[in-house]
Amino acid sequence: MKVLVPVKRVVDANVKVRVNADNTDVDTANLKMAINPFCEIAVEEAVRLKEAGVASEIVVVTVGPKAAQEQLRTAMALGADRGIHIQTEEALVPLSIAKLLNAVQEKEQAQLIILGKQTIDGDNNQTGQMLSALANMPQATFASEVKVEGDSLAVTREVDGGLQSVTVSLPAVVTVDLRLNEPRYAKLPNIMKAKRKPLETLSIDDLGVSLKQHQTVLKVTPPAERKAGIMVASVAELADKLKNEAKVI
Amino acid sequence: MAILVLAEHDNASLKLDTAKVVACGQAIGGDIDVLIAGHECAAVVDAAKQLTGVRRVLVAQSAQYAHGFADNVAQLIVDIAGDYEHILAAATSQGKDTLPRVSALLDVAQLSEVVEVVSADTFVRPIYAGNALATVQSHDAKKVLTVRASAFDAVANDGAADVVALDKVFDSVTQFVSQSLSKSERPELSAASVVVSGGRGLGSGENFAILEKLADKLGGALGASRAAVDAGFVSNDLQVGQTGKIVAPDLYIAVGISGAIQHLAGMKDSKVIVAINKDPEAPIFQIADYGLEADLFEAVPELTDLL
Repeated sequence: MKVLVPVKRVVDANVKVRVNADNTDVDTANLKMAINPFCEIAVEEAVRLKEAGVASEIVVVTVGPKAAQEQLRTAMALGADRGIHIQTEEALVPLSIAKLLNAVQEKEQAQLIILGKQTIDGDNNQTGQMLSALANMPQATFASEVKVEGDSLAVTREVDGGLQSVTVSLPAVVTVDLRLNEPRYAKLPNIMKAKRKPLETLSIDDLGVSLKQHQTVLKVTPPAERKAGIMVASVAELADKLKNEAKVI
Repeated sequence: MAILVLAEHDNASLKLDTAKVVACGQAIGGDIDVLIAGHECAAVVDAAKQLTGVRRVLVAQSAQYAHGFADNVAQLIVDIAGDYEHILAAATSQGKDTLPRVSALLDVAQLSEVVEVVSADTFVRPIYAGNALATVQSHDAKKVLTVRASAFDAVANDGAADVVALDKVFDSVTQFVSQSLSKSERPELSAASVVVSGGRGLGSGENFAILEKLADKLGGALGASRAAVDAGFVSNDLQVGQTGKIVAPDLYIAVGISGAIQHLAGMKDSKVIVAINKDPEAPIFQIADYGLEADLFEAVPELTDLL
């Protein structure tokens, strides 16, 4: 079974971003970049499926600037077999990303597409569902457990009220949640090996996809700062403040 | 110009989120219809038709809609989308599951987690875990939005909308197996006016009992940080944060929570924030209105007694 894993290069989760001076975007210059944490969980799950003898080949794909090849190499160091880089300097909306991924899927014909439920930059939580709709494949989102059972997939989903278990037929699209697994660290020999794994670079035109401009970001602003609070000395003072100053109790 | 709102419900009751999404619809302006896709959900229909400002309640009832799966609910929405310029749902697990499919099938981009309406085509949404707010103008003929319910005040219940049945049924390709939903007498996290949340500092699931006592005294909901959920102290549905639930209660009490960026993203719009932590350097203190450096195992029971 071939598994396709879309990944994204994002600002590292531990870095706090700031809005740039002219309020047009966040300032990402010179920030530490990384593979999106949810994407890493998706790669890990694919690698575990391969280790279990369920998956035969893992293809990672990304849409992004030249530097995004670093994240493909990271995924290959974790165990993916080859990479596809759809190179563009433009920031694309999830629908455009989904169209490009769908074009890749038409060529690759993967049985399972597994990807993060959201990226921590755009926080959109759209791409997997859109890809599923465009590719006309069943979807199972927010997965915390995935089991391949013959031609179908049993997925436990994290939903607002708790957990929901569903099955869908393969091929299918799965988006992963935090509790699915804990990704491994890449070992040095695997990082070296990943440098020699095949990496194909394509342009949007190569895929024959025409994209539209759907939105314009008019401005990007910092959120309202919270007023500085105070430290209270005792539980009694806290209770008094809540009752008589904040009046929330 | 008309607006379609996908109702959030569990077949038994209409969630408060829907009344908040209707308020977002009012901010956009236009006739508002609420779509209920469900099964044996008469009480949901009754509640929805009372929502202030709603013109019609469209009801699609079938066993196929019992679990609110994204694939066929999206088809249902696309089937009636011709009548609407805006399609809205709460940014809940169901809304997030469903609306991107609607967008893709309509070939329009989606705006996620909208927190403010600037005009009928321009909206504000948080990015980077709420560390920035993007004002985005949509050029698509139809606007598909998930709405962060906590950013809007629910409409009242003095309406009398017409109810229209939709007979066309779309079958789901998803097979339901089972669900384990948390049962609690406490209010739901996203609807509570008080939230008491615990983090890794609690040390175990059993220790959450002291937070439960405080939450019950205040009539509040229980929440948790990602660290506490990852450690298995409590179930995933309690997680507050960038990728869990976003809450904005009148009072948020963070206990034994350090204040990681992704946790703050889920609660920093609360009206009053209290932090109790034994580490004076914990980042949570930087956004708390009232900080108490103390051992939570002593401070929380004492606070429960005093309130």
